[in-house]
Amino acid sequence: MITIYIDGKSYQVEEGDNLLRTCIKLGIDIPYFCYHPALGSVGACRLCAVKRYRDANDKNGRIVMSCMEPVTDSMIVSVNDEEVKNFRAAVIESLMTNHPHDCPICDEGGECHLQDMVVKSGHTYRRFEFKKRTFKNQYLGPYIHHEMNRCIQCYRCVRFYADYAGGKDFGVTGVHNKLYFGRFEEGPFDSIFSGNLVEVCPTGVFTDKTLRSHYTRKWDLTNAPSICTHCAVGCNLILGERYGQVRRVLNRYNDAVNGFFICDKGRFHYEYINNPDTRILQSQLNGKPAVKDETLAAFRSRLSSGRTVAIGSSVASVEANYLLRQLVGPENFYADMPADSWEVITTLRKIYDSAEVRVLTVKEIEQAEGILVLGEDVYQSAPRLALAIRQSIRNKPLRKASKINIPAWHANAVKTFIGTERGPLFVAHPQPTWLDEMSLQTYRKDAGELEQLAEAIVDLLEGKALAPNKLNEEARHILNAWSDCNSVAIVCGTSLKNKRLVELSAKIASLLRKNNINSGIYCITPRANSMGLGILTEQSLDILTKSPTAEHVIILEPVFELTDEVKSWLNGCKNITVMQHSRNEFTGIANLVVASATVAESEGTLVNAEGRMQRYFSVMPPQEGIAAAWKWLVDVKQENIGYDDLLTAIANDIPHYRQITEVAPGAGYRINGMKIPRQTPRFSGRTSMLAHVNVHEPKPAEDKNSPLAYSMEGTRQNTHGSLISFYLMPGWHSVQATNKILRELDQVVNARSTGIRIWNS
Amino acid sequence: MEKPLTQNIKSDGSYCTLDEYRRNGGYEAARKAVLEMEPQQITQTVKDANLLGRGGAGFNTGMKWSFVDISDPNVQRYVIANGDEMEPGTFKDRMLLEGDPHQLIEGMIIAAKALQATKGYIFVRWAYKKAHRVIQQALDEAYQAGMLGNNIFGSNFSFELHLHTSVGRYICGEETALINSLEGKRANPRAKPPFPQISGLFGKPTIVNNVETYCNIPHIIKHGPVWYKSLSRSSEGGTKLYGVSGRVKNPGLWELPLGVTIRELLFDYAGGMQDGYKFRGLLPGGASTDFLVEEHLDTPMDFASVAKAGSRLGTGTMIVMDDQTCPVAFVHNLIRFFANESCGWCTPCREGLPWVEKVLEKIERGEGTEKDIDILRFHTKYLGPGNTFCALAPGAMEPLQSALKYFIDDFYRHIHEKKCPWKHE
Repeated sequence: MITIYIDGKSYQVEEGDNLLRTCIKLGIDIPYFCYHPALGSVGACRLCAVKRYRDANDKNGRIVMSCMEPVTDSMIVSVNDEEVKNFRAAVIESLMTNHPHDCPICDEGGECHLQDMVVKSGHTYRRFEFKKRTFKNQYLGPYIHHEMNRCIQCYRCVRFYADYAGGKDFGVTGVHNKLYFGRFEEGPFDSIFSGNLVEVCPTGVFTDKTLRSHYTRKWDLTNAPSICTHCAVGCNLILGERYGQVRRVLNRYNDAVNGFFICDKGRFHYEYINNPDTRILQSQLNGKPAVKDETLAAFRSRLSSGRTVAIGSSVASVEANYLLRQLVGPENFYADMPADSWEVITTLRKIYDSAEVRVLTVKEIEQAEGILVLGEDVYQSAPRLALAIRQSIRNKPLRKASKINIPAWHANAVKTFIGTERGPLFVAHPQPTWLDEMSLQTYRKDAGELEQLAEAIVDLLEGKALAPNKLNEEARHILNAWSDCNSVAIVCGTSLKNKRLVELSAKIASLLRKNNINSGIYCITPRANSMGLGILTEQSLDILTKSPTAEHVIILEPVFELTDEVKSWLNGCKNITVMQHSRNEFTGIANLVVASATVAESEGTLVNAEGRMQRYFSVMPPQEGIAAAWKWLVDVKQENIGYDDLLTAIANDIPHYRQITEVAPGAGYRINGMKIPRQTPRFSGRTSMLAHVNVHEPKPAEDKNSPLAYSMEGTRQNTHGSLISFYLMPGWHSVQATNKILRELDQVVNARSTGIRIWNS
Repeated sequence: MEKPLTQNIKSDGSYCTLDEYRRNGGYEAARKAVLEMEPQQITQTVKDANLLGRGGAGFNTGMKWSFVDISDPNVQRYVIANGDEMEPGTFKDRMLLEGDPHQLIEGMIIAAKALQATKGYIFVRWAYKKAHRVIQQALDEAYQAGMLGNNIFGSNFSFELHLHTSVGRYICGEETALINSLEGKRANPRAKPPFPQISGLFGKPTIVNNVETYCNIPHIIKHGPVWYKSLSRSSEGGTKLYGVSGRVKNPGLWELPLGVTIRELLFDYAGGMQDGYKFRGLLPGGASTDFLVEEHLDTPMDFASVAKAGSRLGTGTMIVMDDQTCPVAFVHNLIRFFANESCGWCTPCREGLPWVEKVLEKIERGEGTEKDIDILRFHTKYLGPGNTFCALAPGAMEPLQSALKYFIDDFYRHIHEKKCPWKHE
């Protein structure tokens, strides 16, 4: 720690960071545009200017950019010096010469970092009296709207898209004040990470087209913390709702999982929640609509009619799966995957249970110096993890940069210095993958050869003699490249349905650890809660379909393949009950369809690939006739228990889930007797929301299952990262407020990383 | 008077071939440096000669070289010649590139030896087509004669030198933008630190020097620092190429001892003002330097003296403004150039220069107001050194801020008469 002086006050700070980030951490507001915590400093926008003084005798000082200034001991700076304040106002005035004054009709309005910075910097009246420069916009596909006139040229978009995410179809062209940020030609973005441009852009150049298609003002959204269900990474999201429709999805910062970025699957693929053509709005008994009591009665009578079995769901909550397992008995509860896939999950669970191998987080993958991807196409199965792997290739070269005093945050200097050099990332997969071109070496081998490669690595690490037919040279090459790595990650997965590869991955990681290399594994599982289901049953779907047919089968939120084998087995069952929110093949063959809620209308816990329990909350109450699957099952059992009681029951019953009650504060949690609002203090028009129907203001719905309220009332104090519904701080209306919130959370309780890891290695 | 830099330049416009160059003692210095001198010895000699960078910044060349760590033989190092001469009014490097290419190549070989650099690039302005041809021919000759390539002069030192013709952006004259451009990236300057000596071309240690700077090197090595310093009239070593353009009787380029006065240059060499024109002011070293006026005519044209007078020696090629040229239009023309050449990286330069350009155009049109003068003055501070990412915008403000000092009455005449007094109906 060193001492620095800001406007006459002394602060103890960490050496080596840049001054801007240091000030953000201290809670000192300095306006900025081009700086981004994940993208580093480039010194382009000039907004974060401060005064720096040579020593105590220097009264004039000089203007420096705080983002480019490493903090050094006894450094003297001023943020509030008049000259530098005027300079920052001048930067804003410059930018506003061309920025359109279209805030009232801009999609970014109300959530615009530029608006905040204009207010913060003090520029008010316009002196520029000439025409603005204008651009033509591009069609950029179905997800992102382009409005180039609004651009303030902070270069964040290309720095994210090209430098950070490796996209090649987007960049900057032109010079002087006619810079154009776009694609070579019109068309959809190639990168699956394109949606982050919406959040990375500090103003309204890139906006969410899905929100545009059912636009609402940002401050009129009701929001809730959620978890992405599209893959097993479990990225944290914020859902935004208005009039019973999910209007958009934002990234929710979780230090250990997704950080600042998510993929386009998570951000844009939510419209199924709103789709009246596919949603099941009411339960169906023998093809006819059934009200709640009829549904429950039918469900109960089926339970007593004979042998009932259940197929759990690897996308449904732990709670629903647990209750279903209780209802039919563990021996009658099956997974929704065939034996080959399910064996990998159960193998993985046993590996985790043995605690012989460290289970890594996405963040740890990002920080690893060496990586072997063994038999998984990460970009396809877990895009956010692939983005983390991409960052890892800089880590080893970065060591050299720091030796010549280039700090990691000095983005362009690092980029230049590292050039084409990359850390030892090895990709071994039968097909070409997105990561191939970033790897030091790619091994395109079939599954059997991959096993041989892994075995050779294991043998080498164990000091055994190598069998002649193995990929010995390759194995040696990999280990040599890792010899001076501080940390190595083995990334594997279940896509090849090869449990041997998972076992070998774990073996390699634990052997590396014995060789004093910090290492662990990340195994990508197929769906959002496969690990959660894996804790509840070892029985695969094949075991069920090979057993005698049952009187009654309950299928929870099925997304698996309805193969001929499954179909013919189901045909032998008298009653098929399917709990589902949207129509699919299964609801077509069921004679009782129970209208369950989507992730947007319910609460629950999911266990991601690394065994992290994470809670999602409803952003809106389910419509009449729809309920969370867990709620249906509680009602079927006629147990009058609430959500918190259910969690306690799970914690007491299943050792793996003993901490499930601590994943997020329970329904009874209050701060100073108040709930936590889902709506911002700027939420407007509540009284007029349904005025065209009825002038009486409807009472806000009550949420008995969480500490969140469907209202703007409640406390603005937030003490838990898992309860963040929106990023809003005084003067910070955009997602840039993340910085401020994180700081506040750090002070109360370290909640940058939320969720609880089951295998807490 | 000795004129080492231009001694081989012929009046017929043809270049000095390898044979001719060698006949005049060419490549003896390079041979000596490669075969007989230690790298540190070369750098020290250049440092002792007090050769200041001829691109305009005036930094001691030997000192600059000494920042390169040459200890590791496995590290790729580069030397680059900056021949992106795009400063308005400047045409000195062109003469050297077109007239005596081997002098540049020889200078770069010596630099390469001093810096243990095995690769080099000559970065030449797009518009210098003749220079491209000449340099390429000279490179071919030098490769054939064993002065470039592997084991030059039979030593164990190898040096590859290539010609790179740029696409013509002013900002490529800034050394880090030049490096980016050479890498195939956008020609945006880089933040310093790290300096190119530490992390330059492709992240490797790199020295970028001006063409004229390199051309001095062979003579320093051949004749020594004492001789070199004796050429100059100031403490800064050597001779300098000085140019004069504008309405003078004899515009041109001369190699003269460093430190001749402006008056000598203007009257003894350029022949004074053309008949019917009076002297009003001059930009001493290209478009991005402050105006100097009558009272400064006895200023010696060396880096320190011109700085003391409130301007910069820059490239040493002055532009003279006469009494029949409108100062507002003069400055407007320059600012239009700078606004167009802004790379667009940082806000003040990208957005500020076009604003200044529009205001000047408005005043010139006769529609200016006194508030516009405030806006101009405001920008001369706002776009000042340190506020922008590189020196382009501060350089652009130099002629403006000094015009507002020396020619402010002319600005007000435009505003009050609601027209340009120099424009004839």
